[in-house]
Amino acid sequence: MTTPVHQFHTDANRAAQDLQQRAQIQSALSSYETACEARKSAFRDWESARQTAAEIKWDAVNHLDQHLREFADKLESRGTQVHWASNEQQARDIILEIIRSNNAHSIIKSKVMTGEEIHINEALEKAAFDVVESDLGEFIVQLRREAPYHFVFPAMHLKRGEISELFNRELGTALTEDPEELTMIARRVLRDKYITADVGISGANFAIAETGMISITENEGNARLTCALPKVHIALLGIEKVLPRLRDLALFLPMLATAGAGQALTCYNSLYGGPRQPDECDGPEEFHVVLLDNNRTQLLADKQQRDALHCIRCGACLNVCPIYRSIGGHTYGTTYQGPIGSVITPHLRGLQDWKHLSSASSLCGACTQVCPVKIDLHHHLLHNRRNAVIDKPVWREKLQFAIFRSVMNRPKLYRFCVRIGRLMQPLHRLVDGTRLDPARGWTQTRKLPRIAPQTFKDFWRNRK
Amino acid sequence: MSERENILGRIREALTLSADVPGHKQNNLLQVVSEEEAAPHIHEWLPAVGETIEDGLALFAKNSAELKTDFRLVDSLEDLNAQITEMASGWKKIATHSGELTDAVGDKLGLPVCSTDEGYEASDLESCDVGITQCDCLVAQTGSVLVTARSAGGRALSVLPPHHIVLAQRSQLLPDLPAAFALLEERYASNYPSFISLITGPSRTGDIERILVLGAHGPKQLTVFCL
Repeated sequence: MTTPVHQFHTDANRAAQDLQQRAQIQSALSSYETACEARKSAFRDWESARQTAAEIKWDAVNHLDQHLREFADKLESRGTQVHWASNEQQARDIILEIIRSNNAHSIIKSKVMTGEEIHINEALEKAAFDVVESDLGEFIVQLRREAPYHFVFPAMHLKRGEISELFNRELGTALTEDPEELTMIARRVLRDKYITADVGISGANFAIAETGMISITENEGNARLTCALPKVHIALLGIEKVLPRLRDLALFLPMLATAGAGQALTCYNSLYGGPRQPDECDGPEEFHVVLLDNNRTQLLADKQQRDALHCIRCGACLNVCPIYRSIGGHTYGTTYQGPIGSVITPHLRGLQDWKHLSSASSLCGACTQVCPVKIDLHHHLLHNRRNAVIDKPVWREKLQFAIFRSVMNRPKLYRFCVRIGRLMQPLHRLVDGTRLDPARGWTQTRKLPRIAPQTFKDFWRNRK
Repeated sequence: MSERENILGRIREALTLSADVPGHKQNNLLQVVSEEEAAPHIHEWLPAVGETIEDGLALFAKNSAELKTDFRLVDSLEDLNAQITEMASGWKKIATHSGELTDAVGDKLGLPVCSTDEGYEASDLESCDVGITQCDCLVAQTGSVLVTARSAGGRALSVLPPHHIVLAQRSQLLPDLPAAFALLEERYASNYPSFISLITGPSRTGDIERILVLGAHGPKQLTVFCL
């Protein structure tokens, strides 16, 4: 079996050399960047807005137990069934049980990243249920049987021709190069599904403690249909999604839209506080909210990195990340890609298996700078590296540092090594870049700099 | 012990260590601007909105144009009816709910009506050419329409038909998002509707090469009439 680190290196190597793909990602993200900057400058004070958003999320996460209790109690008081899942397996079991007890067959899903996290589609398919993604991007990657490329723009890596061929192959529709026609194909196919589906599964962007509501942000209207027509609605969300008050959304909704997609406000921001109420004409008979821990409490226990739970999944850190732009989303092999994925995945799925992601960084800090809730992302990458070494020291690295330390602490030895190095460097040409090269990791793609002909000390001593 | 208690217990245990407040690391002030202090300022940071109702209408119109919302100011019910009748030329069936403004329009068209008041068949609603609803308010700052299950005929009426028409009054125009949420609290805090939505333009997607396409799953057209 290939390990995550091995898979990462292989895929990163391939993706970094795929110049066509990189050009497509760059061009998509540069138009995002322009729109995003324009929206930020429309704010009268984006920096104060960020600071307040960070403080509101700090309050939410640092009093998480109180807010969650309030959230769940309020929902239950209006007829919603709230379920608590400590891990993936429990969450899957809860959802399958709800579906079975309703004798349901077909399921429509709007975008839910926690669903990717618990592999709900595989579980539903294995149990022989018919499950369809309704977000256009998710619908496309589901037909391709692959994971989302980006947790906000799932199909951004595909060209219209590829999507056209995919629809032709899977749905039998005519080939077309027109994005509008392609969108209309999906619209037609999914319309029937909304009407016939027994169960709708959604995620949530925010959980409002004060009023017991979930808030869903989307552009297409697929989530609204998913939560309106089927007779059962299941919402799956991580426990960190809480916001204390309803009015906090007046700040968070425009910030999410701005940072996430360069929009002033996303097309539909909808709140759901229960199943159909007695005085209402439609809506599901049953509303279930499944709260997922899945090692989030472990991240919560790390006070230094706790702010990673402030994340509102806008995707801004992916969009500006030079690593993401070069290696693409699938290379990460994680549910959450980019800097935030590299920070939280070691907590969610094991530090030793996922520590390599924290080394795939130029530490440029662009992610920290754009984060609307001020998560200290690039320092957390360093924290992960440090924690990984404390947790399980790497003997080869320890030996290398011991040698380095002993040389640097002994001036005579250091000068001797420099002199030897200078004499030996011409011989390096014989092995440069080959398997025998001790500096191969560097010289495969770069030139080794030459050691200066004289040291600064020599220069100082010999100056006139 | 229930899973709820297990999770809440782990949270309480995790929170025994306190974490730094963001932005307060260097000076160690640990003095958070409390939410009560911050709340009055939020509207000062969001995009600017003018002072007068005319400024608000102009901004709503400008945002609508960017969003491709068809925004129309009308002077009277007669004017409104005339414009809707003109639009209705290709329609075979309309969907609506009862309300002061919707009643004044719906009956005059002489078309079959699917009313959501007492429940409806989804396939029946889906076959309608247009959904005509009222709303709770309009938001100038973002060009949004605030609807709830109570004010706009349920959850699906404003999203299932391919064209959504909103009937609003000038007095319903609010300057910004904080005002819209304050209105929700004031109007519904004792008993919120189970569905509330801020609609900002017709349904859209950019999922194919980030190219904007309208009418992804919801309405392709959004018309807002303001009396």
